[in-house]
Amino acid sequence: MVETIETSMVNLGSVSRIPLGQGRCYVVGAEEIAVFRQRDGRLFATQNRCPHRQGPLSEGVMGAGQLICPLHSHKFDLQDGAGAEHGECLMVYGVEERKGEILLRMNSGRKAC
Amino acid sequence: MTRLVVVGNGMAGARVVEEILKRAPGRFEITMFGAEIYGNYNRILLSNVLNGSQAAADIFMNPLAWYEEHGITLHAGVRATRIDRERRVVIGAPLRKDALAYAADAAAEGGAALIEAPYDHVIIATGARPFVPPIDGFDGPGAFLFRTIDDCDRIADYAKGRRRAAVVGGGLLGLEAARGLLTHEVEVTVLEAAPQLMMAQLDTESGDMLRATISGMGMKVLTNTITTRIIRSGDQVTRLDFADGTSLDTDMVVVSAGIRPITEIATASGLTVNKGIVCNDQMQTSDPDIFALGECVEHRGATYGLVEPIWGMANVLADVITGTNANAAYLGSKLGTKLKVMGVELASMGETRSADEGDEVVVYREPRLGIYKKLIVRNDRIAGAILLGETEAASTLMQMFMAGSAVPDRRADLFFGSPTGVALLKASDLPDNAQICNCNGISKRQIVEAIETKGCKSVTKVGACTKAGLGCGSCKGLVAQLLEAYLGEVGYDPTEHYYVPGVPLEKSQLVAEIRSRGLKSVSAVFQELAGGVEDPGSKVGLASLLKTLWPGEYDDERDARFINDRVHANIQKDGTFSVVPRIYAGVTTADELMRIAQVAVKYSVPMVKFTGGQRIDLLGIKKDDLPGVWKDLGMPSGHAYTKSFRTCKSCVGTDFCRYGVGDSIGMAQQIERRFQGIESPHKMKLATAGCPRNCSEALVKDIGAVAIEGGRWEIYVGGAAGGTIRKGDLLCTVATQDEVLATVGRFIQYYREHGRYLERTYHFLERIGVDNLRKILVEDSLGICAQLDASIQKAVDAYRDPWQEAQRPAYHAQFNEAELAYTLEVAENNG
Repeated sequence: MVETIETSMVNLGSVSRIPLGQGRCYVVGAEEIAVFRQRDGRLFATQNRCPHRQGPLSEGVMGAGQLICPLHSHKFDLQDGAGAEHGECLMVYGVEERKGEILLRMNSGRKAC
Repeated sequence: MTRLVVVGNGMAGARVVEEILKRAPGRFEITMFGAEIYGNYNRILLSNVLNGSQAAADIFMNPLAWYEEHGITLHAGVRATRIDRERRVVIGAPLRKDALAYAADAAAEGGAALIEAPYDHVIIATGARPFVPPIDGFDGPGAFLFRTIDDCDRIADYAKGRRRAAVVGGGLLGLEAARGLLTHEVEVTVLEAAPQLMMAQLDTESGDMLRATISGMGMKVLTNTITTRIIRSGDQVTRLDFADGTSLDTDMVVVSAGIRPITEIATASGLTVNKGIVCNDQMQTSDPDIFALGECVEHRGATYGLVEPIWGMANVLADVITGTNANAAYLGSKLGTKLKVMGVELASMGETRSADEGDEVVVYREPRLGIYKKLIVRNDRIAGAILLGETEAASTLMQMFMAGSAVPDRRADLFFGSPTGVALLKASDLPDNAQICNCNGISKRQIVEAIETKGCKSVTKVGACTKAGLGCGSCKGLVAQLLEAYLGEVGYDPTEHYYVPGVPLEKSQLVAEIRSRGLKSVSAVFQELAGGVEDPGSKVGLASLLKTLWPGEYDDERDARFINDRVHANIQKDGTFSVVPRIYAGVTTADELMRIAQVAVKYSVPMVKFTGGQRIDLLGIKKDDLPGVWKDLGMPSGHAYTKSFRTCKSCVGTDFCRYGVGDSIGMAQQIERRFQGIESPHKMKLATAGCPRNCSEALVKDIGAVAIEGGRWEIYVGGAAGGTIRKGDLLCTVATQDEVLATVGRFIQYYREHGRYLERTYHFLERIGVDNLRKILVEDSLGICAQLDASIQKAVDAYRDPWQEAQRPAYHAQFNEAELAYTLEVAENNG
């Protein structure tokens, strides 16, 4: 069986490289992407820098599809990137796990604001 | 589209355009004339540009791109000279590059074509120019005005290598200019024609006090001094001559003696001009199609030189011109300013001198400290006030002055607060636009809206909706007052009492459930007590509690921890970390210092700084360097990144000090070795003092032990000297060092068990009450002391230095930086 993967997909390697319930930052081309591995196994991917003061979001506390920036606790929805603060939102990317590896779809970036 | 021509591109011109765009985007075709070649900038900050604390680029309010974005045609460097009201065009002449933008005779570029802009409406916002008193020789090198960015550049350039500068004008602007000049390392003398400094804001007495204070800082001030002549030798300024026959040697002179409205275009166009361009309450000039605002305007006989009136005029003008409210009226502005002059706090509002027989004048003075407070009360309202040297009361006074609120019967309360602690300010009496939360800039209107339309019934809910009260929190009382006024009561919100928002239990209930079910990880708590739903906002608080409840047994899921506790270092604004090794009681050795120095060199540490807790902070460490740094330091973690026991400062005690009565160093070392790293609801900073002189500030620490004569120790708890200042309460006096350790441990354990998450000891103490606490911890009224002692001992025994993780990381990629992804690897996968 032949499985094809779109050329814009990036393999970020084994999912086990992200500690359970945490995030990790990957540099893809010129972009810093934060990928999160929720305790239930769901993956999320967003821009790594907080729109507020450029805090490293991959170091934030996450859970239930929400993320808290480590610098000033601004909150974001990991699903659609919407921020709790007025006018703040994140670029979110499609990401999935296939055969234990993380596949990130770089051309799928979208923003809620 | 309606054609709108705005003459003037300063703060007033730009602000009114912003207001118009807000109300009627796309309705106007806007053309702006600006004599300066820049986009508009915040003139208030000019002295910062002069003293170098801000770059010119930082004070621009609307960069040139803003004009493009809004389709505004900007004629920068072009001065509008006349409005042809027959042909309905504004005529502008390009200025020569070197022309002084605000000069009445600024030279037009020779041969350049005039620019004509047709209009339906004109807004004149030409502002003001510096007033130059008649001084012989002002037109020549070495003499400057202080009004524009170009002026700042010229002054700063000229000051290089000169020794002495004189500033003509002892008003607000003059002193600002003088402050700016001081940073250029010239001796500055301020020359004021009036008998005192800052005539407009101060009365005679406070003017004299300010003069004394700034003279003490090395700036000379001459009052009653009228400058008549500038003397030069060649093209160098050498001396100023004064009207009274005396003189002053100087190398340069800056004139900043007030401003005058710029009105030439109005005069040339046949509009009514008095001191300024005369406007009605709708900001119309004598031609109803031509409006004006800002410093060029005379309204009801008054001209203004501050920004607040500009904002008020801009609102009214925008309402009128867009038809949003054709009857909007500007009724004049009450003026108040709060500022720092040469580092001296000053607030002034309304009148400075009593004008009416019936005025009550209340004055408090403390000359040694440079403090002066004056209040002019007329008909129970504030007619004017001056606060010099101490301005805490300014915001309350300003609110009351602006709103015209009645003042309390005991006038002194306005200066010193009410002795009963009753709030002076009734939130319900404040105007809608009064700012309640000064940290986040939230007005009363926004809070009332949240209460009435968004169903916010508690202080917490109002905070969640509006951000009011989420800064320093000092406005929460006012928010509660508003809730009471609009709802009749402050709502009881049970979630306020939950230990964390995601688990619906108060702390005592939560602790009981965790113990009885044996829950040792955060995920287990969510599973058992929150229906399996994770809440990221609750994870960190639960982790802290679990570590407290299960010393040595807690299942440390690092995803539940704040980044600081994942990597045992404090995250900085740029994503690097700070590392503070433990230095017990602030006593270190040459060997440790050498290792710290070697680490600083090896890892190119950008900053090495002493902390307030008698330790050394290495700032700017990269995450993947942390294990290496810890290994090379060979010192344990100082826990300067977490909610736990932090440090115990000490003074030199009995070892060397000739006053010491107790061994504060030995005591502090014992305390720090015993309680290092113990988790708690919030951080704990401790100190010991070898005598009641309290050099180590033990009275303002979470816990402080102070040695007193007779070998005994006083133990203070709940002190603070950060955002909150509070002297600790004396819990008890004990006879031995062992008893100090026991009492400190008992207090820490009780706080660990009963403190709310992120509740500092000083709030905890006020909630429980020191008398109550003494009964529980000293007299053992609840019979729990043995249990507290045993629990804290268990926590002490379970302590491990987290920096040992340098040898063996707690989890994969714990200290890894961002990872490079290789896109080429995955073009196709033929599995």
